[in-house]
Amino acid sequence: MSEHKIQNDLYYNKDHEWVKIVGNEATVGISDYAQQLLTDVVFVELPDIGKIVKQFERACVVESVKSVSDVYAPVGGIVAAVNKALETTPEAVNTDPYGAGWIYKLSGVNAAETSNLMDAPAYKTFLDQDKAK
Amino acid sequence: MPYIPHTQTDTADMLKTIGVNAIEDLFSAVPDSIFLKNDFKLPPGLSEQDVKRVVTTMANKNKTYQASFLGGGMYHHHIPAQVHHLAMRSEFYTAYTPYQPEISQGILQSIFEYQTMMTRLTALDATNASMYDGATATAEAAFMLADITQKNIILVASNVNPQYRAVLQTYCIAKGLTLQTVPFDQASGRVDINQLEVLLTDAVAGLFIQSPNFFGVVEDVKYLSGKLHAKNKLIGQIITEALSLGILTPPGDNGVDLAVGEGQSFGLPVSAGGPGFGFLATTQKYLRKLPGRIVGQTEDNQGRRAYVLTLQAREQHIRREKASSNICSNQALCALHSVIYLASLGKKLRELALLNHQHSLYFQKALIAKKWPRTFSAPFFNEFVVKTSNNAAVIQKLAEHNIAAGIDLGRLYPELKDHLLICVTELISQDDMENYENNI
Amino acid sequence: MKTIFEKTVPGRSAVQLPSLIANDIEIENSQQRGELNLPEVSELDIVRHYTALSKRAFGVDDGFYPLGSCTMKYNPKINEDMSGLSGFSNAHPWDQTKNIQGVLEVIYRTQEYLKEVTGFTGVTLQPTAGAHGELTAVMMMQAYYRSHGDAKRNVILIPDSAHGTNPATANMCGFKTVTVPSDKDGYVDLAKLDEALNDSVVGLMLTIPNTVGLFDKNILDIAKKLHDNGSLLYMDGANLNAILGLVKPADMGVDLMHINLHKTFSTPHGGGGPGGGFVGCVSALTPYLPADQVMKNGADYQLTADTANSIGRVRSFYSNFGVIVRALTYMLRLGKTGTERVGRYAVLNANYVKARLHEHFDVPFQAHCMHEVVFNDTKQQAYHVTTMDIAKRLLDFGYHPPTIYFPLIVPGALMIEPTENESKETLDEFCDVMINIAKEAQENPSLLQSAPQLTPVGRVDSVKAARQPIIKYGA
Repeated sequence: MSEHKIQNDLYYNKDHEWVKIVGNEATVGISDYAQQLLTDVVFVELPDIGKIVKQFERACVVESVKSVSDVYAPVGGIVAAVNKALETTPEAVNTDPYGAGWIYKLSGVNAAETSNLMDAPAYKTFLDQDKAK
Repeated sequence: MPYIPHTQTDTADMLKTIGVNAIEDLFSAVPDSIFLKNDFKLPPGLSEQDVKRVVTTMANKNKTYQASFLGGGMYHHHIPAQVHHLAMRSEFYTAYTPYQPEISQGILQSIFEYQTMMTRLTALDATNASMYDGATATAEAAFMLADITQKNIILVASNVNPQYRAVLQTYCIAKGLTLQTVPFDQASGRVDINQLEVLLTDAVAGLFIQSPNFFGVVEDVKYLSGKLHAKNKLIGQIITEALSLGILTPPGDNGVDLAVGEGQSFGLPVSAGGPGFGFLATTQKYLRKLPGRIVGQTEDNQGRRAYVLTLQAREQHIRREKASSNICSNQALCALHSVIYLASLGKKLRELALLNHQHSLYFQKALIAKKWPRTFSAPFFNEFVVKTSNNAAVIQKLAEHNIAAGIDLGRLYPELKDHLLICVTELISQDDMENYENNI
Repeated sequence: MKTIFEKTVPGRSAVQLPSLIANDIEIENSQQRGELNLPEVSELDIVRHYTALSKRAFGVDDGFYPLGSCTMKYNPKINEDMSGLSGFSNAHPWDQTKNIQGVLEVIYRTQEYLKEVTGFTGVTLQPTAGAHGELTAVMMMQAYYRSHGDAKRNVILIPDSAHGTNPATANMCGFKTVTVPSDKDGYVDLAKLDEALNDSVVGLMLTIPNTVGLFDKNILDIAKKLHDNGSLLYMDGANLNAILGLVKPADMGVDLMHINLHKTFSTPHGGGGPGGGFVGCVSALTPYLPADQVMKNGADYQLTADTANSIGRVRSFYSNFGVIVRALTYMLRLGKTGTERVGRYAVLNANYVKARLHEHFDVPFQAHCMHEVVFNDTKQQAYHVTTMDIAKRLLDFGYHPPTIYFPLIVPGALMIEPTENESKETLDEFCDVMINIAKEAQENPSLLQSAPQLTPVGRVDSVKAARQPIIKYGA
């Protein structure tokens, strides 16, 4: 597996989702490490707009050729937008996991919930430990 | 010893290579209390010659009919000779599931062709590689309805094949869904629209109707689709006589969300009810909700057209406890019979379906002269219901003349005592019809 | 190769239909469809087309098929002849039982044989496949607890080595799956099993021998732990071939099991079915068996009416009957002595392969294997060669590859199940090829990484197939 990129201004949870919070809105995707594990993403089952999720609840599903992974909500909120481009180009999750590969946005988010998440340095440590296993 | 080639020398050499003295030593992990403790009370093995005699005796204990008018979900049709010869080529029937596409292009392509023909016949967008039978396919379709709508009541018309309703009930109970039955209209034989209205409550996921239904009657599927969709519910059409797809408006054109049923009519013998195969087709929208195997077209590393099992992430071996279905083996060889059958009939399938209809209508009219009135007013395909003087007596008398008269509906619907379900396919000749009439 | 649709020539046809004897139609035009979009080809076209397709398939009749966990044994030809007898193929399931006594006798005698080899008193041959048998069994377990007023039991324990059908089956019945880890030797971790047992557990679904091809010596303990907990032990019988004629599953404390007729009892795999399923159970569970059981009353065979506690029907009509005829034919051929040899020679063959290959391919488990042996690609990873590469290179030598990447607990698993039908010569030839491939991995790995080279198509683009599904011609 090649070196996995970690973006600095994001929070991460142990299931390898990232979240970027601006005010009370959040954007969610999966990390570079996660997309490497999955290999070629073939389908993203986007969540319904208006769906309410609590922190760490399952929000949607990402499928690759050889596996299926749940995508959890790193923070709680209401699904406000989904990345429709993934319907035609799911591979964006692989090629640009922190940018064009974003999956969904939440509104009504409580930024204090990030205290339950890892920042970039903590996520790096977490991954190094995982690799060492 | 049948099928085991080892000589004593072979066995001795192999044991030496392994490094044990006896085969039993390889079973050292098996507790003594249960290993080789049984004197299996089985008869001695038979030679092929003796097996043939024993099994043929059993086959001959089944009554053979000159003409059979039995339908009700399994249909006697002519199977073109090439179907069996081709489908039973041993490369096909002794093969495993085509998980290694490089050496299985023939099997994968045949499934692709099957999927193509079934989507064209049903006028829907997507179908899987087959399921166990029409009844279990219906049950899995019910799971789809519940999953898509996130509601847990399934409606089924009471004129749907009773065996299918029984299987639906079993599966619904296991999953925690509720099955409710919509009565049929006693005059037309179609589902009772007024009763349906009453049952279309908020918690209903959708409705299953059968067309042609168990009585052979053709439902007004388009009207029913409209009704269900107006209430944001789904509708599935069950088809037990696949041949009807040759002449009737296809499910997709009538707006159904799912078409599900039994493919046995397409090239498989009745064989006491199995093996046949179930089919399940749906719109593009629900493609990824389909259970079972699906073959897709792609390219190989040289750019050649190739086929492969696709969308496997839905299936049990990847999705495991999140899979909506546990289906692994399907009825692939049976579906292969059907693709060869459909290639053989081709466009003439429509003519054959029409012939079935015309001959059954002709016979139904002839029976009026024998004072057997028609029970249901709505048009039928190749099965119909008539009222006899006494089903038991009629069936008995005709059986003595080697005619299987029909299905005694009183066994299944108490309100239809002495009503007989009669099926006329292309295998029934004019002589067969006259023999029947002469022995009433 | 062209599809059959690309061979259409308008006006061609392969059948002649009988003449019409009547002209009336009562289906309205609005209920009729137009012309069908199906192929127009001649009979010879069809025969050549599907014959050509058959030559792009690979069956047991073509060569060695070492698919672990699939039991690709020889499909005897007498089975085919018997299932095609017209007395069977013309029998109609709606006919009165007195007219289909031969059909019922076939089912009954098959049931009796299976009762004897499993030790169970309750049986059904209604399920149509192994997974269908699993589902039937789990439904029976569910019904059992519900009728004992214990509907709160909602957990099924499943080892991490289990086949995917197990947890999928549990899910179909609304049960929660709790995974029980295996220990480092591939057996059920007894301490972890103890931790998982509580009063919400319905039972454990256990493949015996397990999916890494080992017989768990703790089986009697495992059964006791479950029973002491008020839970049931279900046996996934996919691997029955290893112990057929040697051990009765009921003697192990198993409460119910399924069997795959197309594995252990030689019915053909058909490219993906039709299979045949069976469920056997102890007497406490017999009230829950599917409806329409085949019984014998004096000289007559009968179908029982729906019993009060039956789970009901699990399929239309009686069974995949044509498959059962094949299985019974095989059982009659084997008889007592033949049955008692199956497990012995299946296990001998697998251990022979293990002995010949263990210096060339890593074997994660040292104990004697049962009817299948699991290797992995650890040795070959040094050369950047994977299990996938090894499997694809085998295709170039005319072999169907073994099962790969299952079970999940062995990364890079390569599982070989020879079955008892293969001769020492066949096994030696195969092992020689495998040893050669191991050598190629070391000296010329690109041969494997670019394999297969000699097949009709090379490695296919599965990603493209899943991203843009094209599932019909002319889509």
